[in-house]
Amino acid sequence: MFRLSSDAMRLAIPALSLTLLLAAVFWMQPRAVGYVGLNLLFNLAVPIALATIAQMLIMAVNDLDLSMGTFVSFVACVTATFLRDAPATGVLILAGAIGTYAALGVIIHLRNLPSIVATLGMSFVWGGLAVLLLPAPGGQAPDWVRWLMTVKPPLAPMAIVASIAIASVAHLLVMRSSLGVLIRGIGGNQRSVERAGWSIVAARASAYGLAGLFAVLAGISLVGLTTSADANIALRYTLLSIAGVILGGGEFIGGRVSPIGAVIGALTLTLAGSFLSFLRISPDWQIGAQGAILIIVLALRLMLNRLEKQEKRR
Amino acid sequence: MTIRKMLLASAAIACAAMPVSAFADTSAKKIALSNNYAGNSWRQAMLTSWEKVTGEAVKAGVVAAADPFTTAENQATEQAAQIQNMILQGYDAIVLNAASPTALNGAVKEACDAGITVVSFDGIVTEPCAWRIAVNFKEMGRSEVEYLAKKLPQGGNLLEIRGLAGVFVDDEISAGIHEGVKQFPQFKIVGSVHGDWAQDVAQKAVAGILPSLPDIVGVVTQGGDGYGAAQAIAATDRKMPTIIMGNREDELKWWKEQKDSTGYETMSVSIAPGVSTLAFWVAQQILDGKQVKKDLVVPFLRIDQDNLETNLANTQAGGVANVEYTQADAIKVIESAK
Repeated sequence: MFRLSSDAMRLAIPALSLTLLLAAVFWMQPRAVGYVGLNLLFNLAVPIALATIAQMLIMAVNDLDLSMGTFVSFVACVTATFLRDAPATGVLILAGAIGTYAALGVIIHLRNLPSIVATLGMSFVWGGLAVLLLPAPGGQAPDWVRWLMTVKPPLAPMAIVASIAIASVAHLLVMRSSLGVLIRGIGGNQRSVERAGWSIVAARASAYGLAGLFAVLAGISLVGLTTSADANIALRYTLLSIAGVILGGGEFIGGRVSPIGAVIGALTLTLAGSFLSFLRISPDWQIGAQGAILIIVLALRLMLNRLEKQEKRR
Repeated sequence: MTIRKMLLASAAIACAAMPVSAFADTSAKKIALSNNYAGNSWRQAMLTSWEKVTGEAVKAGVVAAADPFTTAENQATEQAAQIQNMILQGYDAIVLNAASPTALNGAVKEACDAGITVVSFDGIVTEPCAWRIAVNFKEMGRSEVEYLAKKLPQGGNLLEIRGLAGVFVDDEISAGIHEGVKQFPQFKIVGSVHGDWAQDVAQKAVAGILPSLPDIVGVVTQGGDGYGAAQAIAATDRKMPTIIMGNREDELKWWKEQKDSTGYETMSVSIAPGVSTLAFWVAQQILDGKQVKKDLVVPFLRIDQDNLETNLANTQAGGVANVEYTQADAIKVIESAK
């Protein structure tokens, strides 16, 4: 009998929920079918997908990043100011930010700090820096960023092409490279990785550094869509990115993550918002309804997990 | 023969000119309200006004639909998604109270490119293709000092109550007040506190600074803070200064009580939440083919000694004094901007 591998199982639920939601949206709003419609539905999911991959890298080493939203906001502010007016300084600042992320990973590991507390603290730092950069909303996206986010590739709209590209790169990086195996190994069993002679500090630093890199890309792409920044522009991304990872089949512990699933999770979250808005659900209920969608998807996953275990027992 | 030709030619010209000269009919047009926040009395009044005025307009067949949408969380990214959804839903115009003046520009541009009219009000957007119905907060602050200069020509010390630190509106009103003080140098601001546009915060802040202040003749405010200031001052043995009010029901009620018992005089100024209906009519006028300047200014709603009673009677308990605008008001605002 044909059996799905556990990785494929892990992907099946998020892919199924995305397809179902998409079908519902297309049925309700036929205008959404097609090149322009798909781009409008999904272009704001691109920065969320990047932030979700960043969050996933941190979750792969059993940590949690509560500063994701403020960090992406900070990057957005840098992009709309320095990266446009003084590209060299802008790149330097962003590189420094990625370095800070890597350093944070090292400190969390060496001092054995709870990542939630350390990143929560950093969120105030990033938030403060963002307000210092842009005390009032403003700035302007660099032309190349704007071009990148509004480019109209043949066949599929930018949002879809970008999502596929992000998913493939992240998949190669996390599932196929030796660094990826190491990072997931730390999440799975840190001690055995250590005993095998690997440097945990270096691996953790690279996990955090990579997360910083993806979060920087998230901030840049966000500004490419909005054309200018605001110190509070991406505060929702902290929770959205965590929800995206979980929705996409990742888990809080054990280094069990899925990059493709994470991108699908981010798309599903974005689509869920549109779906509810097309349904004309009152805003008082929308947050609740969004939560309900999350719970339904997670319940489905738990159920499948249980089925899988039962089959194994037989 | 020639006459016949001429007739034909003129008929052809008339046909060609028809779509331009005739007013576009808006009865098939759909307008959406994109709102970022509904969590205070001002916004609630704004939504109620919208529903009341647009409900009548839809019933009368002026437009086909005027649906209000509020984002679940007050976040620019969410509102940008909301605007993009409205493009997909095929609205002809979007009336927008924006979470951020700049972070929605991308989505607004998408809407413009799709041929949608975007009218922003209160929380305006900077994208050039959108219309802006802005509030001249600076002038509002200046007018407060001007009123005091008329009432107290000899001048004196003022206490300034500011709003929420770091918010654009707070900076603007305060700048206007300081401009006013420059214009009428007989006044001097001797103290300044942040009241966060809330009575309880203002009361605490004013009570805290009062002991360190000399005699004050007036309190310049930003709205939502006048009643708290009055409570704090009433708790001391100071003479009640002229406190500028901000159209909140509790402020107007207190003013009315003072007016009846001691003949207390002041004025009250703020923006009517019904400005959403003004934006609606402006959007309708644009859809109708009217030439409208991109930047319009909302009139303030000012309450004076003589119209206090009528305004108080029209204000809901716990609410804000309001006016709902008509199509004629919108045309007047459009004309005055030309």
